[in-house]
Amino acid sequence: MTARPTPLREVHESLGATLTDFAGWLMPLRYGSESAEHKAVREAAGLFDLSHMGEIFVTGPQAGEALDHALVGHLSALNVGRARYTMICAEDGGVLDDLIVYRLDEAEFMVVANAANYPVVAAALAERALPYDAVVDDRSEEFALIAVQGPRSQEILAKLTDADLDGLKYYAGLPAVVAGADALIARTGYTGEDGFELFVKNADAVPLWHALAEAGADLGLKAAGLSARDTLRLEAGMPLYGNELTSELTPYDAGLGRVVKLDKPGDFVGKAVLSAAPEPTRKLVGLVARGRRVPRHGYSVVRQADGEVVGVVTSGAPSPTLGKPIAMAYVDAGVTGELAVDIRGSHEPVDVVDLPFYKKN
Amino acid sequence: MTIPSELSYTAEHEWVRGEDVVTVGITAYAADQLGDVVFVQLPEAGAEVSAGEPCGEVESTKSVSDVYSPVTGEITDVNPAVTDDPSLLNSDPYGEGWLFKVRVTEEPGDLLDADAYAKLTEGSES
Repeated sequence: MTARPTPLREVHESLGATLTDFAGWLMPLRYGSESAEHKAVREAAGLFDLSHMGEIFVTGPQAGEALDHALVGHLSALNVGRARYTMICAEDGGVLDDLIVYRLDEAEFMVVANAANYPVVAAALAERALPYDAVVDDRSEEFALIAVQGPRSQEILAKLTDADLDGLKYYAGLPAVVAGADALIARTGYTGEDGFELFVKNADAVPLWHALAEAGADLGLKAAGLSARDTLRLEAGMPLYGNELTSELTPYDAGLGRVVKLDKPGDFVGKAVLSAAPEPTRKLVGLVARGRRVPRHGYSVVRQADGEVVGVVTSGAPSPTLGKPIAMAYVDAGVTGELAVDIRGSHEPVDVVDLPFYKKN
Repeated sequence: MTIPSELSYTAEHEWVRGEDVVTVGITAYAADQLGDVVFVQLPEAGAEVSAGEPCGEVESTKSVSDVYSPVTGEITDVNPAVTDDPSLLNSDPYGEGWLFKVRVTEEPGDLLDADAYAKLTEGSES
């Protein structure tokens, strides 16, 4: 199967990007040095193509109630213009995807889902919304998503729009004109930095990218690929679906039980199981390697004393900010003593730390 | 992608320079495919290596790869600069980013010339 290009494919190619198949999409992995891209986002700003993400609209007088039933969050309580991080679960409580839901209007919500999952999410939403006066419309094909992330992102975006960016809070969205194009400006991200995500129609993606690149040229803005995005989110302790989140795990297993609103009105899919869920037997922790070899996805976490397997690494990478390899891992809740990661047969010592690894000032 | 004409190559993307004592490194193509190299593990001086057998590893942000010895012989020298600063593999793969030297004890087998190596990488260029 050939990976699908985003509207920005030719821009990436002209920048010399290494392209990779990610969840069926042909995406930029990196443009040059991924560490330099990572650093640009921490110190100045980075420009990302996230057009592979899904945008599913839920509209109608009962759109909020439909989402309350379909998702674990209390979306009907969301104010217009605000956004919420939430999840969609199966009847057995397993996570089908993690989502950001924007309330665009009283009777209009936009659900942003991961590239690999949005067809499943759209189908589940359509089915779960049936009893409600609400329409589910998967409009992922129409939209491109460009993110500007990093401490200088507001300065860059402000050159291209009259929108009140100072008044735009974290996890809020504002329809506005950016570089002549109609956009939804969202103050959200997946990097641990301040930043914006701009939803635009496909046809506006290339001119918007060029306008942002030019606006940021003298402010240290760099195009950044999925490789940098992954190390940025890992440092920020943010879960990735397929790694920290899977259909085998509940939100509680992932330490994200706060997104489950058991006391919201009415029933929701997964409630019966989630409300009776026992204490998780494993917990998600941060690991910092003492050596230079990198713990990676799927490697075993072992107790140093006896080599007993006590967990598994979900994500790992060399951290450009810490200068050491870092990882997230599920380990047995009661485990004590020194831990190590089995890196191709050798037990490399690690320290267990609180997440996130990195927090912006 | 740079492929110096005076070097020999392997299908595992190592380059080889010299005759009796050869210098070994990884190609610019390999370094580019790996991305930023963050860790290099090399054999120790005095170790015996065999052609086509793994003798070290190179780790980047996204992946880890074995380093294969292109020839059979004894390690005479390893480059301490690359263990201190693995990014030399990205910035100067054919120069300061060399990995180790081997005193060759068996006639090298199927090494590729620059043209043959160029053909090999063309097919997989993304």
